[in-house]
Amino acid sequence: MTEFTLTLIKLAFLAVLWLFVIAAVGVIRADLFGSKAAARAANRESKPRPPKPRQQQPKPQRQPRSAQHAAPTKLVVVQGERAGTVIDLTGVPITIGRANDATLVVTDDYASSRHARIYAQDGQWIVEDLGSTNGTYLGRTKVSQPMPVPPGVPVRIGKTVIELRK
Amino acid sequence: MQSIGDQIRAHLPYQRRNSASLALLIFAMVLTLSAFAEVGLARDGKIPGGLFVYGGGLVVLAFAAFFVQTKFTPYADPLLLPLAVALNGIGLAMIYRLDLDTSKDHKIAEAAGKKLLKDAADAPGQLMWTFVGIGLFVIAVLLMRDTDKPDAPLSVTPKTAQRYTYLIGLTGVIFLLLPIVPGIGMEINGARVWIHLGPLSVQPGEFTKLLLVVFFAGYLVNKRQAMSLIGKKVGPISLPRARDLGPIVVIWFLCLGVLFMQKDLGTALLFFGLFVSMLYIATQRVSWVFIGVGLLAVGVFIATLLPFMGHVNQRIDIWQNPKPYFDGGCLMDDGKVIPVNPDTAIYKKFKAQGDPSPGFSACVSELGGEYSDSAQLMKGLFSLGQGGVLGTGLGQGEPWRTPLSFSDFIFDSLGEELGLTGLMVLLLTYALIVQRGMKTAVAARDPFLKLFAGGVSFVLALQVFVIVGGVTRLIPLTGLTTPFLSQGGSSLMANWILIAILVRMSHDARKPAPQAIQDEGMTQIVSTR
Repeated sequence: MTEFTLTLIKLAFLAVLWLFVIAAVGVIRADLFGSKAAARAANRESKPRPPKPRQQQPKPQRQPRSAQHAAPTKLVVVQGERAGTVIDLTGVPITIGRANDATLVVTDDYASSRHARIYAQDGQWIVEDLGSTNGTYLGRTKVSQPMPVPPGVPVRIGKTVIELRK
Repeated sequence: MQSIGDQIRAHLPYQRRNSASLALLIFAMVLTLSAFAEVGLARDGKIPGGLFVYGGGLVVLAFAAFFVQTKFTPYADPLLLPLAVALNGIGLAMIYRLDLDTSKDHKIAEAAGKKLLKDAADAPGQLMWTFVGIGLFVIAVLLMRDTDKPDAPLSVTPKTAQRYTYLIGLTGVIFLLLPIVPGIGMEINGARVWIHLGPLSVQPGEFTKLLLVVFFAGYLVNKRQAMSLIGKKVGPISLPRARDLGPIVVIWFLCLGVLFMQKDLGTALLFFGLFVSMLYIATQRVSWVFIGVGLLAVGVFIATLLPFMGHVNQRIDIWQNPKPYFDGGCLMDDGKVIPVNPDTAIYKKFKAQGDPSPGFSACVSELGGEYSDSAQLMKGLFSLGQGGVLGTGLGQGEPWRTPLSFSDFIFDSLGEELGLTGLMVLLLTYALIVQRGMKTAVAARDPFLKLFAGGVSFVLALQVFVIVGGVTRLIPLTGLTTPFLSQGGSSLMANWILIAILVRMSHDARKPAPQAIQDEGMTQIVSTR
């Protein structure tokens, strides 16, 4: 073994080490830079299916949508202490309340610790009051049973007002 | 129309990533095997025989672990297993390299009938412990079930531990106390942290860290609301009530007391950090971090004033200025350091009297100070310096000159042979494991599992920080194992169990939500009125 060969081996090993880390980061790219890669993968999977009439229209967003409703993609707090907060709607249920484990924690004396829940069902987002003291309002109606939330209609929880947006 | 399950899968990367995991695992294997090959080529000029034994052994083990992971936790995080295998493999290669019994020169000398010193690096032993560690990983993954099926017979889930919170906390403290018990405890290199189990010596403190995470998580999950909401406000900081914080402080003081008696400062620091971080995760209050760091500063300051805590003082002194302690230095009560290295007259005097450890006796009996030796730390730093940016190449440096170069100082040994470039990779690998653990905590649905995963990943991060910071003289040196790299069975076993728990929890968190049985719209409510 000449010195030169050994140096080459040394550098090659360091390169392999770095490639390993880069490969590992590549695997979790979806986590680090949003889920575009995953969404693309899902789109690719759904391509072989017969195209649906609505999907033939050109769309700016590539996220899969339900056939009847253009699904909202984010939840925006428009009023209250947390105004300006945006939560991406991913299909995971969103809980709102003062409890620490709520998805959207509101520090508001008029909100209950587990106030309301917004969840997806059949491509719609449904708001459900979880037995709050002061009630949840969808537009001007009090939410007494689970109700679908159309995009742009304000949902009032204590002093906080949220909206679903596309 | 797409079902909600599809939508969730489209938005979140919650797919099975087993092929990615397999590819990375093969990459980790290539890494390990090329490390062995490089050691052999540089040291003996040929591919070593150890490649087939060690590399082959690790390959078989890793693929067994992969098979179990795909079969039983198909949605598990794809990175945890390959990253842990890569670290374990690099550690194994480095220990093989430091175990001079395996080199050709050594074998020739032995065959010639020369008498050789036995060195403590033990590659076959480490391979055996890797076997046990990965075995425990497999058993743990097999044994634990998904948390949403708690009623299945014999089901153990990560959540089962929540039922035995206090018992587990108590076990943790007992584990810490075991090394003090006469008869089974033993002292190696000045720290009393080992116990005898037949022919083996086990470091129970390594397992205590997992048990304490469970205890803190189980306790805080019940009390966190009370702790973060109710309490006295002192200035900008709100303190929780004594009855909420009491039990946790008691356990914590017990641990720290035990550790100070054992002079195991590294573990004490680790538990302290764990305590603060878990309080922070549970209550989401930044004030805890400040209180914690403040308490630590006060604690260290008090420790330097107490006479029986002289070794703390000395550690800090060595950290600030290691040079006078090289090969033996004596810290006097007035803060001055008198060298008692082999070149000094006083050392020679005691040496002439036939003293087995002249430096120590000279310092303690003649000068009346506290003896310490910074040679290990400084040799480690020299070896980092020797490595530079690109390193000397595996098998081409002289890392064995540092005492304990295969356990506490393995990071410096790797630094000499892989250079800064290689060390960055190791640190990034740790960072990725921790990131995956934190991601699991974020994705977990159950608050106990959130705390559990968060605590487990934090403890790993802090352990790496304490030991790597120690050997690079960023912070005072305290003995801890470098996870997966250091030679030692307890550490490998505990860390593989840690990875198994994370794998199981990540599977639980990442698998798609169960599909509704009926897919025909909202539940139909039949009025009974």
